[in-house]
Amino acid sequence: MKTYLPPKFFVDRDPNRCIQCRVCVNQCTFDAHRYDAEDDEVRSHEENCVGCHRCVLFCPTHALTIRRNPLDYRENYNWRPEVIEDIIKQAETGGVLLTGMGNDKGYRIYWDHLVLNASQVTNPSIDPLREPMELTTYLGRKPDRVEVEQGSPSLKTELAPQVKIEVPVMFAAMSYGAVSINVHESLARAAAEAGTLWNTGEGGLHPKLYKYGDNTIVQVASGRFGVHPEYLDVARVIEIKIGQGAKPGIGGHLPGEKVSAEVSMTRMIPKGTDALSPAPQHDIYSIEDLAQLVYALKEATNYTKPVAVKIAAVHNSAAIASGMVRAGADIIVLDGLRGATGAAPKIIRDNVGIPIEMALASVDTRLRQEGIRSQASVVISGGIRNSGDVAKAIALGADAVYIGTAALVALGCTLCQQCHTGKCAWGICTTDLALTKRVNPDIGTRRLANLLRGWSLELKDILGGMGINALESLRGNRLHLRGVGLTDTELEILGVEMAGN
Amino acid sequence: MKDLGRMNNPYSDDKVLDACSLFGVMDTTGRRFSGKEVVRAIANMHVRGNGLGGGFAIYGLYPQYADHYAFHIMYLSQEGKSEVEAFLKRRFRLLHAEEVPTRPIPAIVYPPLVWRYFLEVDSQECDGQSQDDYVVDRVMEINTGVKDAFVFSSGKNMAVFKGVGYPEEIAEYFCLEQYEGYLWTAHGRFPTNTPGWWGGAHPFNILDWTVVHNGEISSYGINRRYLEQFGYHCTMQTDTEVVAYAIDLLMRKHGLPIEIVAKILAPPFWSDIERRPPSEQALLLALRQVYGSLLLNGPFTVIIAHHGEMIGFTDRIRLRPLTVGVKGPVLYLSSEESAIRLVCPDLERAWIPMGGEPIVGSLHRPLVPREMAIAGGTASDAD
Ligand code: SF4
Ligand code: SF4
Repeated sequence: MKTYLPPKFFVDRDPNRCIQCRVCVNQCTFDAHRYDAEDDEVRSHEENCVGCHRCVLFCPTHALTIRRNPLDYRENYNWRPEVIEDIIKQAETGGVLLTGMGNDKGYRIYWDHLVLNASQVTNPSIDPLREPMELTTYLGRKPDRVEVEQGSPSLKTELAPQVKIEVPVMFAAMSYGAVSINVHESLARAAAEAGTLWNTGEGGLHPKLYKYGDNTIVQVASGRFGVHPEYLDVARVIEIKIGQGAKPGIGGHLPGEKVSAEVSMTRMIPKGTDALSPAPQHDIYSIEDLAQLVYALKEATNYTKPVAVKIAAVHNSAAIASGMVRAGADIIVLDGLRGATGAAPKIIRDNVGIPIEMALASVDTRLRQEGIRSQASVVISGGIRNSGDVAKAIALGADAVYIGTAALVALGCTLCQQCHTGKCAWGICTTDLALTKRVNPDIGTRRLANLLRGWSLELKDILGGMGINALESLRGNRLHLRGVGLTDTELEILGVEMAGN
Repeated sequence: MKDLGRMNNPYSDDKVLDACSLFGVMDTTGRRFSGKEVVRAIANMHVRGNGLGGGFAIYGLYPQYADHYAFHIMYLSQEGKSEVEAFLKRRFRLLHAEEVPTRPIPAIVYPPLVWRYFLEVDSQECDGQSQDDYVVDRVMEINTGVKDAFVFSSGKNMAVFKGVGYPEEIAEYFCLEQYEGYLWTAHGRFPTNTPGWWGGAHPFNILDWTVVHNGEISSYGINRRYLEQFGYHCTMQTDTEVVAYAIDLLMRKHGLPIEIVAKILAPPFWSDIERRPPSEQALLLALRQVYGSLLLNGPFTVIIAHHGEMIGFTDRIRLRPLTVGVKGPVLYLSSEESAIRLVCPDLERAWIPMGGEPIVGSLHRPLVPREMAIAGGTASDAD
């Protein structure tokens, strides 16, 4: 069948610059470049190009420019090129359209409609270069009050396990199998260096990374891949994954081709078999079932580590979150509409879930109304792009955030959304041994640790500007936020005043 | 002048912003003394205020009614007064009521009517509640429910006098030279976003707790949201109110001693905590983990008092001033050292405490003369 799909990108090769070195041919994993030996010329299969820009970066003479194919169909706001092409694809394949990364649609990004405060005259801003500025955060269940022994004051109350992070930014769950071992190693080492946590995702933890256990959150998801006593013991935090922002209500599918020998060992499944994560956890059909799993994991680890529960942000998040706290979750993770994935049905990614800003605001408010906010930490994820987003999330009420996409971008990802193909030209989202070498763990660690360092410095600047020297004074402090261009209802849900008020 | 709560912050800003002068003096032997010098001291810091609020708290004030709740109530109308008095008669045993003596002075314009009442709680009325809780609820009831009336003092054997004016004018107006107490705190106010309202002046009071405060609390938003979880509603939108409720929660409800409370409101840095011995470390860590939302951030100095105790401290990095002076058993706390030196030229010691370091004067542990303090090492709380 002749495809009716036009190429998405044009590959412009400047003949005056091209030296026929064939670097692009080697770098492109989508076979968009080819060498014609007869003519001694490099040519393009433009229909294969996904716009990842790997070749552009590596071409030694800067001979390459990737341009979007303008696709000037007659304008039609309803029938945009993407819509037309999706239909063409389905007409030609008859399948569910898969994609990678997070929702790329134009839903309102509330971070961009929130602005932060600063001190002027009536109180001084604080210079983080000269004064201490504290970002330290402890995750875990807190009691409502502290009791001390009378006389010589010493602590009487016994606190549930608390986990310290030096910066309120952690690496989100990305499973081994979806991403490569080098990515896992980079995340683990960067987390250790920055004093924060990284998350294994649902594909188990490779034994060579056990040594980073103190900085590791291990996931227990519906497929239970790689879950065994040692895996739980080695971790700092255990996270039960109920759902994911990119595909709420949908399970996972790691194709057999990606299940290499190492992946098979780590996931504890036969090599080359598809790894299917069921949509629900089949032992959790209700909130009391969740409580059982939470406590089973706490029992298994002797109440030494917090148990987190992660859900996708959906319509009733506030009520669900309250139930999760009551079911014993020490940390609640909310993954919003823009949360990313290694593979998801496009229709789900683009249409299901709610913006994380709204979910966070309503969950924090609800937990406070019920007087149980201190019983669990709240962590959010899904589209956090920079330290400004982090500061706004903290002010709305988050204890910390997860970053996934931003971490991958630090490693080279350009959001070409081909994660599900296993061909990631940047060597991130693949288990192809040749490709995974493209992420060098030493360099990957450096890039990720640098990113966290940069964000910490910026967060300190933001705090200092507000005249605050500890992050806990910004946490849930919505008076430091104002809305711009939002409706009354939006402001009310966010619990934020309009700018100027 | 309808809704008193709103008048404090008529533009509905996040909170009232102000700067101020503070003064506190306590004879730790419990000897009562007149307020003349206190007025001289606070007047010496005249330029730290702008005439939109001044006030005093006096402890050991009503020995003749030492066991009765002394309510000081301001009224804007006769209806307010009749309504409150009927309410008081219904809910309390009223021992004595009188108008608080005042003398008219030109600086004080449109003063409200101020009365004081000496009350006893009928234990049958309390219905299991402690008398204190009962009184707090009644105060809240009047302050949020009755138009034109505001209870601004409700402790035993102590009272607050405050209003719109410079503190020395308020003192003159309320004839404070007639009164004696063993502990006085004073406040001159410089609000930037309120026209000045009598109830909004400091000290803030509930039961025998008073707070005078200089500063702006940048953590106000979360402090308030945290306290709301425990049923405190910050109706006046001032950060001082937050301090008062935080103290009430931590000391009265959670039963924590004042030294610990200071470590919650102005905690040591994480890096300092790590350097402490293990048991202290565990305590400080837990306090910050659990009460992080009550950390008062931004520039402030507070002087908090209740019967038998006066405590002063600044924010963790001392962005607002506090000077301590000691003479014999008398402890002075002041925004400026000059004010202490004015009334006590032969001070034994004066120093500036570290940021967040609480300075406590207590009747239980009276200050001892200097020689003894040195001999005994840490005999003095003010060290
Ligand atoms: S897919 Fe990537 S590497 Fe290949 S031609 Fe396109 S931009 Fe270049
Ligand atoms: S991880 Fe790789 S495949 Fe996925 S969006 Fe990024 S560059 Fe593309």
